[in-house]
Amino acid sequence: MNVFVYDRTFEGLLTVVFEAYVRKTFPDLLLGEGEVLPLFYDVKVEVLTDKGRADRVWQGLQRKLSPLGLGVLTTAWLSELPEAELLLVRYMRRALDASGNVEWDFGNEDVLRATQLAKKVSQETHRLNQFLRFQKAADGTYFAAVEPLYDVLSLSVRYLRDRFADQVWLVYDLKREYGYYYDGKEVREVRFEHPAAHLQTGKLDETLMDKDERMFQEMWKAYFHAISIKERANPRLHRRNLPVRFWKHLPEKN
Amino acid sequence: MNETVLEKLKVLAESAKYDVSCASSGTSRSHRKGMVGSAAGWGICHSFAEDGRCISLLKIMLTNSCIYDCAYCINRRSNDIRRATFSVTELVELTMEFYRRNYIEGLFLSSGVVRNPDYTMERLVRAVKDLRTVHRFNGYIHMKSIPGASEELVREAGRYADRLSVNIEIPTERSLQLLAPEKDFRSVYTPMRYIQEGVLESREERMRSRFAPRFAPAGQSTQMIVGATADTDKDILSLSSALYRRETMKRVYYSGFIPVNGYDTRLPALKQPPLVRENRLYQADWLLRFYGFRVEELLDDSFPDLDLELDPKLSWALRHPECFPVDVNRANFEWLLRVPGVGVKSAKMIVMARRYGKIRSDQLKKMGVVMKRACYFITSHELRADRTVQELRPERVRRLLTGGKEKNPLQLKLVFEE
Repeated sequence: MNVFVYDRTFEGLLTVVFEAYVRKTFPDLLLGEGEVLPLFYDVKVEVLTDKGRADRVWQGLQRKLSPLGLGVLTTAWLSELPEAELLLVRYMRRALDASGNVEWDFGNEDVLRATQLAKKVSQETHRLNQFLRFQKAADGTYFAAVEPLYDVLSLSVRYLRDRFADQVWLVYDLKREYGYYYDGKEVREVRFEHPAAHLQTGKLDETLMDKDERMFQEMWKAYFHAISIKERANPRLHRRNLPVRFWKHLPEKN
Repeated sequence: MNETVLEKLKVLAESAKYDVSCASSGTSRSHRKGMVGSAAGWGICHSFAEDGRCISLLKIMLTNSCIYDCAYCINRRSNDIRRATFSVTELVELTMEFYRRNYIEGLFLSSGVVRNPDYTMERLVRAVKDLRTVHRFNGYIHMKSIPGASEELVREAGRYADRLSVNIEIPTERSLQLLAPEKDFRSVYTPMRYIQEGVLESREERMRSRFAPRFAPAGQSTQMIVGATADTDKDILSLSSALYRRETMKRVYYSGFIPVNGYDTRLPALKQPPLVRENRLYQADWLLRFYGFRVEELLDDSFPDLDLELDPKLSWALRHPECFPVDVNRANFEWLLRVPGVGVKSAKMIVMARRYGKIRSDQLKKMGVVMKRACYFITSHELRADRTVQELRPERVRRLLTGGKEKNPLQLKLVFEE
């Protein structure tokens, strides 16, 4: 068994592919730095992330894949699933070795699975855009807490910046403890050393809220209940379309 | 903004909820300086009501008072319900505040008819104009066009709204006469024509100058109530298909009739809204729009209503066993689309993937083909061709798929002692 150890970044993964081609040895197992090695293995390779090498792999991929195929790689990576890393290494290897473009070879298990995984991640981004809810703070900032299944907040920024271009906002991933802040001009990534209470619970405290915030939440909730047709009540469909894991941060479900 | 607004919001949403349209698609518009918001193009559902339906727009009536007395409508004049009217300021503020919190994609504004159609339409137009020009709202606006409103007002509405719609409600004029004697088809089709002309003219002008104003860029839609009259699915879908032939008609919605006015003897006494029938109509509608089917293939005089037990594609396939089995490795896209269990996405995947090599049934399954249905209608290099609809005959496939009692003669019986 060949074990490659790397820093669990996407650039690191590209460097892994570079190293593998240099050594003509491909990983059977990928580990993050400091993780426990298996009891038996044949080769252990410590990969140091190298921007130059990563770029060369990426350029090679650009020659073989369309922007959509490249998108499969970057998007599926955000799933953070343990099996995704090796899947993507196999996908890249297949793409680099083939004479033509392999990204539509859905008969191939790896191509199909990587494509489907990327689709699931995009779907989660869409859900984030659907169910994200801003609370207005007294200082005029709009705050939203999210807990997406995959690390997709960065993919939502484009939508948020376009739509809420004239508001100051902060979106924060409670699970991964980082967020994006938009000051009305540009978006930047933010992390907090000592996160305030609302960065842990996701709910603005009454004292921090805009004076009308509670009222608009109540109005939205009233609207939500009034618009439903009782004779057609369908809890299963409701939960399928609006999964329970989002309810926590929806004013209409609280 | 206070308690009275909250009460009005409840009343006016209750009155608007039977309009099923919620789409916010069809317009793609990014942020513009000095304006608020954008339109996403593919539409975003921001919530789902407890009946499972999407909430994309703030669907609301400006007023639920109405001079008409249509039998099927909750807001009919003779109903003793609470009536309310929003002021433009209240409506605009609600829309903006909801929008800024990412609750909605925009506004869906409708109204009961007060005084006369033009008076009502004018008030609706004033509200959306205010939203667009004074409050610089750049999100999605869907506006109802009031039957009988003048051409000038429809023309003005189209400049501010993304989508305009007029509801047909009842698919045949005979039935409409019975349930809504104050209305006729002309009052519905005339504004539809105004919208169509407005869109086409604006498109032409925009070819000449990109600064020419847009007119209802997301086109128009309409709705039909299902099950309030004796009209058949054939009546309904023939009308839909005729409407889809006009290029500005983007969607026809079907609304299973909910007996809101049980006392009116012109209406059928239903225990349950006809939800299965409604679902079958939507499936057939999809077949018309995305699968290349024609109404005459799905329904005719000897078969005027959709099968409630089977989806319309399967039902069609069982009536046409001579068209099957289809070879997944050879058939063109159009024929793959006609296989039950194969959707648009999986058909596209099959066409792409088979350039790399022949496709096996386990791969089809992973691509999302519903093999439970598809297996009777396809062949390939490795599938045994002795259990297709040809050999089993349609009646047997039907029984197998509807869960009717069918015992496999080869299956061993296990006997359990009671």
